[in-house]
Amino acid sequence: MKQNFASFVKKESLHILRDTRTMLIVMLIPVVLMVLFGFAISTEVNNVNVAVVAPNRTDGIRDAVERLSQNEYFTFKGYITPDDIDPYLRSGKASAVVVFASDYERGVTQAATGVPTKPVIQLIVDASNVNTAGSSTAYLQSILLGAASQQAMFETRMLFNPQMRSAYNFVPGIMGLIFILVCAMMTSVSIVREKEVGTMEVLLVSPVRPVKIIFAKMIPYFAISCVVLVTILLLARYLLEVPMSGGVGGIFTISLLYLILSLSLGLLVSTIAQTQVVALLISAVVMMMPILMLSGMLFPIENLPKFFQVISNIVPARWYIDAVRKMMIQGLPIVAVWKNCAILLGMTIALLGVSLKKFNDKLE
Amino acid sequence: MNDIVISVRELSKRFGNFTAVDRISFDVYRGEIFGFLGANGAGKTTAMRMLCGLSYPTSGKGSVAGYDIMHEGEQIKRHIGYMSQRFSLYNDLTVWENMRLFAGIYGLNKSQTEQRATELLKRLNFSSERNTLVGSLPLGWKQKLSFAIATIHRPEVVFLDEPTGGVDPITRRQFWEMIYEAAESGTTIFVTTHYMDEAEYCTRVSIMVDGKVQALDTPTRLKQQFAAESMDEVFRILARGAQRGE
Repeated sequence: MKQNFASFVKKESLHILRDTRTMLIVMLIPVVLMVLFGFAISTEVNNVNVAVVAPNRTDGIRDAVERLSQNEYFTFKGYITPDDIDPYLRSGKASAVVVFASDYERGVTQAATGVPTKPVIQLIVDASNVNTAGSSTAYLQSILLGAASQQAMFETRMLFNPQMRSAYNFVPGIMGLIFILVCAMMTSVSIVREKEVGTMEVLLVSPVRPVKIIFAKMIPYFAISCVVLVTILLLARYLLEVPMSGGVGGIFTISLLYLILSLSLGLLVSTIAQTQVVALLISAVVMMMPILMLSGMLFPIENLPKFFQVISNIVPARWYIDAVRKMMIQGLPIVAVWKNCAILLGMTIALLGVSLKKFNDKLE
Repeated sequence: MNDIVISVRELSKRFGNFTAVDRISFDVYRGEIFGFLGANGAGKTTAMRMLCGLSYPTSGKGSVAGYDIMHEGEQIKRHIGYMSQRFSLYNDLTVWENMRLFAGIYGLNKSQTEQRATELLKRLNFSSERNTLVGSLPLGWKQKLSFAIATIHRPEVVFLDEPTGGVDPITRRQFWEMIYEAAESGTTIFVTTHYMDEAEYCTRVSIMVDGKVQALDTPTRLKQQFAAESMDEVFRILARGAQRGE
């Protein structure tokens, strides 16, 4: 009976290969997402336009402005008068304005000797984009304070991602999303399609065991996902320069586990849904939304309300993304994320068990 | 020649309080074209599903191709062919790929597949369409191809569930010629249909009403029995007594 299994896998592969459009989408989505998140969408501070108000241009002020304009994250837009502050911010000519007090020099020297002084620099920031406002303020402060006073207070070192590149953060998230998309959504739709068209009936009357039909369906999608996985890892390493110092083997292993989990999830959806549209909807609403919102892909889990934090525990992507982040960026070996692996493995076994049982029950 | 291929005794299927199939009994002989008629909801499909090993009877006994429907479902599946009312080949595969797939499913090896498929294509006058995508064929051709593929493994019985729905009269004719040909070569045909003119083509016909087999005989004798002009009339006389709606 090996024969009929082979002819099934062949058939499934043909279905996928003939559907060029879907095939292209599946292959291109990861690339597009990686490039998009890696370059276009970023929470880093970049090219922030800064204008300066300085009643008198003393050496100290010139020095500070010089440091500012040398910095690649800021663009110095020139000196303006206090009356220009509001129009500049409103028109968007500047997103931050630095106002030096007229007794700036005296204040700085006083502060250096430890005498308490009133503030000598005012930062007026356009906070309509909270992320940019927050990070540019912090960064502006550290630049303007100058080397001397900064050292006196903190010495900050950013570990693992010293340039604070957001691409590092997004790559694991994208992986968590894509594999659900390819494996769960596509397998469930392809199984439900056979129910809808009526071919499933003929297959069930044939001597092929239902389990075989299902596994034969999973194999080509598994293969595609592996190609996608390799693509993503290559892009991450060579285009976005994500370090992956923890070794690719570990990332690969846990990704394979996650692939199998996604496939079982797709199988479960296919036992519930009767039409392709329903299968798509379930995949989109029940799977994509939690991944986007509750997996830590976009928002840190710690920032979620308590209720959603609890819910996020049952989102598989949460554990996967967390593990991949640790391995990719912090360079931890797979042993260090054994807990995530165990949770994912448990989820896979549970999902596979439930969906196989449901699938068999349906036949009666 | 009168060996029994399908034998059913007191077969019932209940879903909760609803008795879909109510103690039906009949025999089907080798090489026969057995028409299985009934209004929608009369229990035809449920009965057929039990015979194909897709669902288990609640009570009663039955055997298909010599295998018990209760315990030997897997063996039955190997020895029957099935064609459903909905077109059920793969539109995105070619004629040949569809044949190869089903040959593979029924365990034919490579040379057997090659030989059987070539033979079927020749009989259908389809040899030139070998590499055409099934989706681009006209519906009538698709139905003929479905039937051919349902017999690719030379099953003892072929179950046809309303095989000619939505097909034009000429193609229906050709289709029935194929059925005759298959029956002559010893394949038993078990067919459900809504077209009463098709019922006339059958060797014997059974008519189900409300889960029970109300009549079973050759079309000629049924017409005599009910003093009817046509099978259509016979059917209407019997269906009038139905309690169940659609």
